[in-house]
Amino acid sequence: MSGSRLTRRRAITLAGAGVAGVAGVAAGAGALINGSRDPAAASDHPAGAVPFHGEHQAGIVTPAQDRLHFVAFDVITKDRARLVEMLQEWTAAAARMTAGRDAGVLGAVGGVPEAPPDDTGEALGLPPSQLTLTIGFGSTLFRDADGRDRFGIADRRPAALAELPKFPGDALQAQLSGGDLCVQACANDPQVAVHAIRNLARLGMGVVSVRWSQLGFGRTSSTSRDQATARNLFGFKDGTANLKAEETDLLRDQLWVQPGDGPDWMTGGSYLVTRKIRMLVETWDRTSLAEQEEIVGRTKGSGAPLGRTDEFDEPDFVARGDDGQPLIAEHAHVTLAHPSRNNGAHLLRRGYNFVDGSDGLGRLDAGLFFIAYQRDPRRQFVPIQTQLARHDVMNEYLRHVSSGLFACPPGVRDGGDHWGRTLFG
Amino acid sequence: MRTTRFFALAAAGVLATTGVAACSDSDKGEATGAGGPIVVKASDTACEVGTTDLGAGTATFKITNSGAKVTEFYVYASGDRVMGEVENIAPGLSRELHVELPAGTYETACKPGMSGKGIRGALKVSGSAEPLTADAALAGATDNYQRYVKSQTAALLEKTEEFVAAVKAGDVAKAKALFPVARTYWERIEPVAEIFGDLDPKIDGREEVIEEGMEFTGFHRIEKDLWQSGDISKDGPIADRLLVDVKEIVAKANAEKLSPLQLANGAKELLDEVASGKITGEEDRYSHTDLWDFAANLEGSKAAVSALRPALEQRSPELVKQLDTEFANVEALLGKHRDGDGWKLHTALSKAELKELSDGINALAEPISKVAAVVAK
Repeated sequence: MSGSRLTRRRAITLAGAGVAGVAGVAAGAGALINGSRDPAAASDHPAGAVPFHGEHQAGIVTPAQDRLHFVAFDVITKDRARLVEMLQEWTAAAARMTAGRDAGVLGAVGGVPEAPPDDTGEALGLPPSQLTLTIGFGSTLFRDADGRDRFGIADRRPAALAELPKFPGDALQAQLSGGDLCVQACANDPQVAVHAIRNLARLGMGVVSVRWSQLGFGRTSSTSRDQATARNLFGFKDGTANLKAEETDLLRDQLWVQPGDGPDWMTGGSYLVTRKIRMLVETWDRTSLAEQEEIVGRTKGSGAPLGRTDEFDEPDFVARGDDGQPLIAEHAHVTLAHPSRNNGAHLLRRGYNFVDGSDGLGRLDAGLFFIAYQRDPRRQFVPIQTQLARHDVMNEYLRHVSSGLFACPPGVRDGGDHWGRTLFG
Repeated sequence: MRTTRFFALAAAGVLATTGVAACSDSDKGEATGAGGPIVVKASDTACEVGTTDLGAGTATFKITNSGAKVTEFYVYASGDRVMGEVENIAPGLSRELHVELPAGTYETACKPGMSGKGIRGALKVSGSAEPLTADAALAGATDNYQRYVKSQTAALLEKTEEFVAAVKAGDVAKAKALFPVARTYWERIEPVAEIFGDLDPKIDGREEVIEEGMEFTGFHRIEKDLWQSGDISKDGPIADRLLVDVKEIVAKANAEKLSPLQLANGAKELLDEVASGKITGEEDRYSHTDLWDFAANLEGSKAAVSALRPALEQRSPELVKQLDTEFANVEALLGKHRDGDGWKLHTALSKAELKELSDGINALAEPISKVAAVVAK
């Protein structure tokens, strides 16, 4: 009999917590229950929170955070309703976690002792750390390898989501490539990013299964003029000419899917290309400074185009040196990737360095996890990468081992909206 | 009131166990009603049950195996909750099962070869019965599962005796064939065994978990000798020790009553066993018979959940539905890897096939992890 009294008390505790969570009581008791991690911090502070809701998804033009945990999922359910339900749960958890709260309403330590906690707990006491969570849909979500319409959305597959061509030199590993869904978690604290992905994977058990995932550090691109350009593992500044959040006209033309581009559910979204690029850093490190700079087309110190003095000077592809040769080689990386050589195509890059331990041959398993957002990969990434794959001398030091292409829908507007609403709604 | 019900249920449990324990002298069981026991004719292809319509109360089934395969007989309530079972009915033998059945619809099943869903038949029990209260349902779970444990320990003891005899006789082929079979009964009830901390490593310890100063004994030690060197000539004392340890754990397990919460956690732990030891092939690294253990863990987990089923149905029917779906999914995935009456070797599965199984186990473990909190309500 004492057992049932205990039962009732527990039930009341639970119900109370549920109400507080649903009502969105962020302060006071609610914050305590949710294990709040100082959501009051300002959003431009490295420890602050980036708004989750908006016209576009956060994590694209958001000033690139320092750390990445990227994950691609296979959808293992055949049940469309279950998938949509999971996307709704994910959205609620993402809104909480990006605000610095626990993934679930009860939190890491607020539930009943007999149940596994609805948050894994490793982010307790950590600030929001500018966590952003960005979702994308792969083409296999629409039709599987056998061409089956898996969830009744095959007719909504964007033409821009057409499979990437095989580029010369690709060494792609199938188990590290593709995926039905992806989530990009960026934060200034790696523990916060990992916590977010881990909790989404946990919530998705039975609906999705992790296909591959990647940790990254040291952002290799700046997506805002306020940020200094970071360096990749070749030691060069990377992303000097990147699309920046302040370039609103270019963002409209080059980044966001516009009305009329089709399909409608993607308007306000963007296409994401990921490439895991192994860098053979040991051989690169034996290359002379002059050769390294010639391959890149920029100086290693300031990042200025060869023949110019400042990082942000426009490269001069016409200028020739005393020997009559162009100062920037025809097949330098900066030449091949420049918009002037690619019909004006830009990319918004926000890649990260990685070191996945070592490869057993005395070498670091290191490189760049390339991430690029764009309005249409057929007019942007594909032609640029075709140029690079064919002619870039840098390829001698690179191996593309993983590839992904995802359609990232527009932003979640408010608390009543959810990831995938425009696609499944 | 509650006390009365509790005892009534406990009594039902005891009756059924008597039936199982009465293996050696099958005529000793109590007769049912006027007509005597319900005759079950079991063969490799058929399972003829004398009547499919009976009154509520204690029923006695007399199962005769005329087939060439060892068989089992079950009475299932919905969701394959085992109301009673007899394991290990050798060809030519008869055994009795006593089971108390409240009014309701059930299924009977013979399992020639002791595998798969078996040959099913409908069984209708009529009469009046009050619905169980939640507390009674939970008390019933404990008894139901204890009955299950006893049926498994009886078979474990028998099969371990055969295995030990084969090892001591130096019959490598027979010992190899019996190894995964004996382990099946062990793996089904492993959470119970783990309560007796020092016995588990002695019986089932893998080489790397043996602490310094402790001898590497038990199933896996003999497995290593059987499959790696093929030399079991010095394993007689180890085999004897195994049997002593198994006998001790059987006696202890039979006396142990698991609480509903322990059942819920046990169901989850069995799946954790699959996820961490069987999917990876670590458990049976010499014989690669991991899928036998996988199947047994899954069956054991299902037995524990089935015992809790009446309580779960009252408190969270949605969860029961989810569990049914996911159990069926994993069973179907695992079913692809059947090989005769047993299972393919772990090494015969591709990485993609193993990932598919792993996904299935994860999908099932998620709702199972919620059972404990529902039980504790």
